[in-house]
Amino acid sequence: MARKSPEVNAGSMADIAFLLLIFFLVTTTIETDSGINRKLPPMDELIDPPIIKERNIFKVVVNKNNDILVEEKLMNLRDVRAAAVKFLDNGGGIGEEACDYCKGEKDPSSSDNPDKAIISLKNDRETDYKVYISVQNELVAAYNQLRNREFMVLYPNERKTYVEADKFYSDPRTSPKVKALLKPKLAVLKKMYPQKLSEAEPSKTKN
Amino acid sequence: MSKFKKKKGGELPAISTASLPDIVFMLLFFFMVATVMRDNTLMVTNTLPAADQIKKLDKKDRVIYIYAGKPSARYQDKYGDQPRIQLNDKFSVVSDVGAYVLAERATKREELQNVLTTALKVDGETNMGLISDIKQELRKVNALKINYTTRIGDYTQNYR
Repeated sequence: MARKSPEVNAGSMADIAFLLLIFFLVTTTIETDSGINRKLPPMDELIDPPIIKERNIFKVVVNKNNDILVEEKLMNLRDVRAAAVKFLDNGGGIGEEACDYCKGEKDPSSSDNPDKAIISLKNDRETDYKVYISVQNELVAAYNQLRNREFMVLYPNERKTYVEADKFYSDPRTSPKVKALLKPKLAVLKKMYPQKLSEAEPSKTKN
Repeated sequence: MSKFKKKKGGELPAISTASLPDIVFMLLFFFMVATVMRDNTLMVTNTLPAADQIKKLDKKDRVIYIYAGKPSARYQDKYGDQPRIQLNDKFSVVSDVGAYVLAERATKREELQNVLTTALKVDGETNMGLISDIKQELRKVNALKINYTTRIGDYTQNYR
C-alpha cells in the first residue's frame, strides 16, 4: 500500500525559535571594558601639605630603563607584591596608632598602621606604560590580598574573598537587599586597608 | 508478508520550509543583540597592557574614551611613528584633551555629568610622559575619575 509519510507539523517551530532567541537574549552579555580605576588628586595644591613620616611612605620608582626601585633598591616585579604587603601590614605603631589586626613584623622603621601607610608610585617620562600598569597591578594586588585575608576572618559566612564579594556587589543581577547587607561589610574592609596610592608627577629625564 | 515490504522508488516528502523565517529571524535578533557598535575607528595601534586586579568599567553612557598609541601603519607616513592621542576620529595634541572632555561631558545627561569616568585606552608601548600630560589635562578640567583600560591577564604577558 502506498502510504505517504505524514507532514511534520511545523506549527511549534516558531515557539522553539522564540525559546532559543530568549535564551540567547538572556545569556549574552555585551563585552565590557575593564581596567584599573584610579582617582586623580584635585588640581588645587594644599596650602600646607600634611607632614608624613618617612617610615609611613613606601617609595616605588620606575625609572626610564623600566627598572623598579623599591625604597631605593632595585627589585624584581614579582617581589613587589610581597614587599608592599609587608609594608602595609607592618603595624609598627604603638598606643593609639597600634593596629590590632595587622600580622606584620611590627618593625618600628616601617609603617605604623595601614591607615597611615602610603604607597608613592613615581615614574619617569620615558617609562613604558605597560611596565607602569604592571607595577600598579601588583600594588593593587597587595591591597586586595590583605583585604581578602581580613574579609575571610571577619565574615567567614560569606564564603567569599573580598574581591569576589566586591564583584558580586557591583553585579547588576545581585538583588538590592543583598547589596544593602554587603555594603557595610565592604566599607569596613576599605577602612581597614584604605587604598592610599599616590601617583606622583613624573621626573624629567636628565641627559 | 507484503505488509512489511518497503515501498520502492517512492518520492521523498518535501521538507517543510515553514520554519525557515523563524530561524532567520532568530539569527537576526541574535546578531542584533550581540553586536557592539564601534563608534570610533581606531587610528592608533592599541595593544592594551594586561592586568588582573581589575574592575569593570561603568555603563557605556558614563564613560569618555581617550585613545593613545603609535599611529597605525597607514597613517605613519603622515603622522610619524611617535605615540599620539586620538580623540573621536582624529589625532589630537595634549592641549585638546581638556576641551574634548568638557565637550563630551556637556553631551551627557545632567545627572550623569558628575559620575563620568575617563577611560584611557593606551597602547602598552607608549611612554608615560604622554600619559602624565593627559592626566594633568584631566586634572585641569576636574575629570578625576580615570580608568586605565587593560586586557585581562597576568602581568608577565606584558614582558613579551
